[in-house]
Amino acid sequence: MRYTPHTAADQERMLREIGVESIEALYHHVPKTLRERGKINLPPGMSEHAVRKRLAALASENAAAGDWSLFLGGGIYNHFIPSAVDAVISRSEFATSYTPYQPEVSQGTLQALFEYQTLICQLTGMEVSNAAVYDGASATAEAVLMSRRIQPASRRQVLMSRSLHPQYRAVVRSYLKNLHGVILEEIPFDSTGATDVNRLAGQLDERSMCAVVGYPNFFGVIEDLRPIQALCAKAGAQLISVTAEPLSLGLLKPPAEFGVDIAVGEGQSLGVPMNLGGPAFGFFACQKKSVRSMPGRLVGETVDSEGRRGFVLTLATREQHIRREKATSNICTSQTLCALAATVFMSLMGKSGMRRLAEINLSRAHQARARLLQGTGLAEVFSGPYFNEFVLRAANLQELFAKCAAEKIIPGISLEKWYPDLKDSLLVCVTEMNEKEEIERLVRTIAR
Amino acid sequence: MSEPLPDNVRPRTAATKLIFESGSPGRSAFIWPEEEKVPDAIPSSLMRREIGGFPELGELETLRHFTRLSQKNFSIESQFYPLGSCTMKYNPKINEVIARFPGFAQVHPLAPSDLLQGALALLFGMERMLAEISGMEHVSLQPSAGAQGELTGLMLIRACLTERGNPRKKIIVPDTAHGTNPASSTLCGYEVVQISSNDRGVIDAATLAAAMNEDVAAVMITNPNTLGLFETDIEAITERVHSRGGMVYLDGANLNALMGIAKPGHMGVDVLHMNLHKTFSTPHGGGGPGAGPIAVRNHLAEYLPVPRIVAAGNRFELQEDSPKSIGRVRSFFGNFGVIARAYAYILALGGEGLEDVSRMALLNANYIRKKLEKTYHLAYNEPCMHECIFTDRLQQRNGVSTLDIAKRLLDYGYHPPTIYFPLVVSGALMIEPTETETVETLDGFVEAMVAIAQEAKNNPQLVKSAPHTTPVKRLDEARAARKPVLRWESQS
Repeated sequence: MRYTPHTAADQERMLREIGVESIEALYHHVPKTLRERGKINLPPGMSEHAVRKRLAALASENAAAGDWSLFLGGGIYNHFIPSAVDAVISRSEFATSYTPYQPEVSQGTLQALFEYQTLICQLTGMEVSNAAVYDGASATAEAVLMSRRIQPASRRQVLMSRSLHPQYRAVVRSYLKNLHGVILEEIPFDSTGATDVNRLAGQLDERSMCAVVGYPNFFGVIEDLRPIQALCAKAGAQLISVTAEPLSLGLLKPPAEFGVDIAVGEGQSLGVPMNLGGPAFGFFACQKKSVRSMPGRLVGETVDSEGRRGFVLTLATREQHIRREKATSNICTSQTLCALAATVFMSLMGKSGMRRLAEINLSRAHQARARLLQGTGLAEVFSGPYFNEFVLRAANLQELFAKCAAEKIIPGISLEKWYPDLKDSLLVCVTEMNEKEEIERLVRTIAR
Repeated sequence: MSEPLPDNVRPRTAATKLIFESGSPGRSAFIWPEEEKVPDAIPSSLMRREIGGFPELGELETLRHFTRLSQKNFSIESQFYPLGSCTMKYNPKINEVIARFPGFAQVHPLAPSDLLQGALALLFGMERMLAEISGMEHVSLQPSAGAQGELTGLMLIRACLTERGNPRKKIIVPDTAHGTNPASSTLCGYEVVQISSNDRGVIDAATLAAAMNEDVAAVMITNPNTLGLFETDIEAITERVHSRGGMVYLDGANLNALMGIAKPGHMGVDVLHMNLHKTFSTPHGGGGPGAGPIAVRNHLAEYLPVPRIVAAGNRFELQEDSPKSIGRVRSFFGNFGVIARAYAYILALGGEGLEDVSRMALLNANYIRKKLEKTYHLAYNEPCMHECIFTDRLQQRNGVSTLDIAKRLLDYGYHPPTIYFPLVVSGALMIEPTETETVETLDGFVEAMVAIAQEAKNNPQLVKSAPHTTPVKRLDEARAARKPVLRWESQS
């Protein structure tokens, strides 16, 4: 395929106009030592049809939902997405536009992002949301960096719950490693699967910058943020809540009502396909008083020269293209198209739909867990309340996976890789996409 | 055209209510007919009340709302979009089709790796192709965007230098660099030293050598630079950095000018990032998602993020065990959906097709440069690569600025070039046409630019009060920043 339209005659005319003999003459100033070795050794191009066939063959080697029964969560969730969502984000006016630097011809993207920011505020209860960041993991890292900007330099200790998503913890670790004097401590979880509040209390003091807690956490457990927030507030530390499954907020108390300082998370659940984990988006919300310390793009309302309402990118003096080395972050894209998908999704679900969908998840997960604890040999691991994910222990996880694979079922995520202390433990996720017959099939397969 | 239209004959896209201002209490587009008994499983202290202010609409009115919003956007498929340094090329449709295959879109990243073999093969193949295109040895596809690629690349340099005994303190960044370069340096714990480009717009090896010392960890360089000029001293520059024990980071934002012409790996670059949403045609999406893979030479490979994808016979495995790795910079595999689109693009074009891309990008940029050089002041009279930079110097005589020219272009139906960047050029208009535009389109744009230059002389007010035909007129950005309104709030 070629997407370059010039004919030989076009090229000749253009070269004549420019006043050079050949296209090579346009880059003759590139050192010869480089040009001589510049050729790309890749196979010849393919027709559109051949590309489609090749990619279809690769796609067929992956276990896709629908073909397989997936009970997988752990930060990426198989949820229903109304057809209208893809219809909107497929519109080339949205998909093929750039960051809205020219607001007069970007009101579509800008208004949609303003609506996105509002929806995230409503969902989390926070006062301000940015226009999205890369993913839940980098949102968490950016939240810690923001806390570092807000807190005095003497507060260098970051307390991360071990029940927070292990990949998010890994990203926070990478981001902080090179910043002078930041100390990262992990707080263990207790028998409920929630952050061990006593251990947290023992660690919090005048050196603490912030505590980072999953809500719900990586085990699906709904942490009670109230005592955690009280302890943080007493010690002068900030509290960052991390929500990898934002659909849960259709039912759960919004982070703001516990008094968290920064609420972040992964937005994939809200209308973005699993996509092997990306692209989706990270959401990032805080309270008004800290807005100038926030990373990422922000859209604000204003008026045009005739007094009509319009929207612009704003508070750009925080950002890299203005502040360069003094910017709040190096980030320069939001995941706009994914944030747009979430905006359409939340609009379609609406006030009652978000709650209903969350209830269905809660219901299916609780039915499934009850069934899985009857006669399958699986055992309970944590006792805390959960939303649509829970941890069970098997006698032999490898065997269980093999049995399930034969029935085209992936029963969950093995936790041992991240938690050697949770050997043979399985993180099972059940959403509205797991039909009741599918749950029964899972139970039968494991019981065999 | 300068007369404002009366309100009743405004374009019908002029006002769109916010989604929160439409709908009716109790309305929903979501129906789930199955009965579900909601278990009493969560303590009431952890449950919320209703989501105050959330929309209540039907499906059609929701769609109509977003369709109307979309009509207020300029986009590649509706307008020529010569936004410099952004590479707004055509985004092929086949890529959208393949990214939506259930075997890619409906796949979970934490499935066992033997059930992800097609995806891993794609990622592995993509790494090899990007290594070949850039002339480097190893690639990580994990970074989500160019800026995250920069940060990751600097982390690798820091890890490697630390192991050699001293991470060093500073990063040299030219004054023409993207703002992300210094911002990423700070985030990686480095101080930024800015150096000046010379009067030809490029970095002198001598200037660089004078700034280079044993405190400097790396130099970040963009080639072609943001002035659209090839850094002709690049080999001498990298040699001098290496001789003092430093490393060279290449900002690959402008790789669209180089494919099949010159490879960063041959320039002495240690690590670079590539923007798949620029050079490799994935849609910009109104500001993301993109992808910013990095490519490195052998000596940095062991520090790359985990997991690495390794071939074991004809299977692919995820290797987490890499003791010197910097760790992870994001969750899962990066922006897989974006990577898959770019993979399809590279397959479609092949090596020769990619070379054709860069050659045609140069042809188009040089054509515009030639056609406008008598009308607008050219910032540097040097041969340009894939983009060219003019200024408003001639039009300023009539009080018309770059911003005015940009806004007037909107009336002519063109997206403006990048303006006021790079910062070293006063009133910069940075034009990157890309290779996918026809000569007729370029001619139309040139005509509009010439017409605006005429207007600047004859009727400057017309230009200064532009745009006149857009859904809104110039917006009060100062007001937005002074008293930020960042969300809708219920009046009640």
